[in-house]
Amino acid sequence: MHQDDLKTLTIENARNLLDSREITSLELTESYIKRIENTETDINAFVTISKESAINDAKNADILIDSGEQNLLTGIPLQLKDNLCTRGIRTTCSSKMLENFIPPYDAFVTEALKNQGAVILGKGNLDEFAMGSSTENSAFQTTKNPFDITRVPGGSSGGPAASVSASQCLFSLGSDTGGSIRQPASLCGVVGLKPTYGRVSRFGLIAFASSLDQIGPITHTVKDSAMVLQNIAGFDSKDSTSLNVPVPNYLETIDKGIKGFKIGVPKEYFQEGINPEVEKIIRDSLKVLENLGAEITEISLPLTSYALAVYYIIAPSEASANLTRYDGVKYGFNYIESENMWDGIEKTRQFGFGDEVKRRILLGTYALSSGYYDAFYLKAQKVRTLIRKEFEDAFCDFDVLAMPTSPSTAFKLNEKMDDPMQMYLNDIFTIPANIAGIPSISIPAGMNNNLPVGLQMMSGALQEEKLFQAAYAFEQATEWHKIKPKL
Amino acid sequence: MSNNDDLTSDAIRHLASLTRISMSDDEVEKMRDEMSNILDNIAVLNEIDTDSVEPTGHSVDLKSVLRDDVSGDSLSTEDVLMNAPNSDEDLIKIKPVFE
Repeated sequence: MHQDDLKTLTIENARNLLDSREITSLELTESYIKRIENTETDINAFVTISKESAINDAKNADILIDSGEQNLLTGIPLQLKDNLCTRGIRTTCSSKMLENFIPPYDAFVTEALKNQGAVILGKGNLDEFAMGSSTENSAFQTTKNPFDITRVPGGSSGGPAASVSASQCLFSLGSDTGGSIRQPASLCGVVGLKPTYGRVSRFGLIAFASSLDQIGPITHTVKDSAMVLQNIAGFDSKDSTSLNVPVPNYLETIDKGIKGFKIGVPKEYFQEGINPEVEKIIRDSLKVLENLGAEITEISLPLTSYALAVYYIIAPSEASANLTRYDGVKYGFNYIESENMWDGIEKTRQFGFGDEVKRRILLGTYALSSGYYDAFYLKAQKVRTLIRKEFEDAFCDFDVLAMPTSPSTAFKLNEKMDDPMQMYLNDIFTIPANIAGIPSISIPAGMNNNLPVGLQMMSGALQEEKLFQAAYAFEQATEWHKIKPKL
Repeated sequence: MSNNDDLTSDAIRHLASLTRISMSDDEVEKMRDEMSNILDNIAVLNEIDTDSVEPTGHSVDLKSVLRDDVSGDSLSTEDVLMNAPNSDEDLIKIKPVFE
């Protein structure tokens, strides 16, 4: 398949080409490997390219297709964020701590995709342990935004978003703890979905903040997003927070339109230092939704601005507990020249973790320590209750909420690395959905100075159908998702 | 709540020892400045009255998962030791705990 043809390819039309035998999965996979080789020096989206196993996967997929036993994702080449465990393929979390870690098991989502006969091309770069908003915290490499390689792709799923944007794969899976799927999707001009907390099993996702982490797809189109979620959602007994509720058929309702849809627009998402050009693009997008038959109403969610503070207590607290396991004993980086066991653990953690990871471990330990627990962690959990209630009340009156995904377009590399607080503010519009556990999607909605702008929508818990319906209607009425980087 | 005067260099050193991360003096000073700034921003939560509010640990209402205690397959010794930095036959090797 010609390299330029990959730029317009979606899972949906690749499925048709594979099923009608116009192309084999092997040909498709080889085209993507060539595309990765041609673009990777500019983009740096992959930590590991698993060429040999991908070709093997593709050959097996072709056997399935030949015998008519294919599913939606059989033979489809994809990437996985490098915090999702892949048996036999190095899984690093973009940390020196796990540089040589080869998981002895697959994540639930990895297994689900393998069972479908999907083709894993490799592992996507991220901010170390998914902590960051620009992917610059990776211990290995700097991923560039395919629309402008002097700019960041966003983060922490910067590798996955940049890779889909640069047409290096048909989709990628990311993880979203405070916006890590949606913000990079917005900055790279692709579709990013954070499902309801518990909708997708976290088994085999290397834990960051367990009450907030959720896995979701990054895709070229809304329909592709629905196709992927359809195949990774569902109950898993290995994740005690996994929801045991049936998965609806998202493709059945996706094209029902939004006539009569009630869409709330919280004014707080247009106040906090938003770039005026981004605001204009989002306001224009609301008009598109209105013209499609939706009823747009401005509302107020006064607790919005507190979500960031809640997040920066809860996420580091949970991270500080989750990351105690890295001691250089059972697996991972080990500082060899230590005097005794304790010295070894302390130096392993000193040299194995990067600055942002250490910052969050210390911050979380501080917030959880005796004397501060009530003032920080408990306080944050109580405000979390109020934020969740505020959303629940809003969804009594509205089908979805619409707002910008990010206050700005992609910023320059190194621009915000010296000021952690400035970096944290990138996630101000995405964090509330994680605090409340509700699903949220970012879709391409415009361009400003040749950089993509994302429209974000949120719905009530387990109402992903409504998100797909609204996002699909918008996508069908606009051309923004068709704008690709000139690579 | 924030009370950042508490966040002395010694407090950072104490946190570093609790979390078992060695730190140079320069790292301690940098961490103190950055954490103080973050804690200042977090202090906005004091504006909200939460006296009669119950905390939320998880956004979904979790019920305890009960199941029969059935034994199943687990990882092989080989798989478990595959990533261990230092092992000896079927054991993981560490440096002395006591001198």
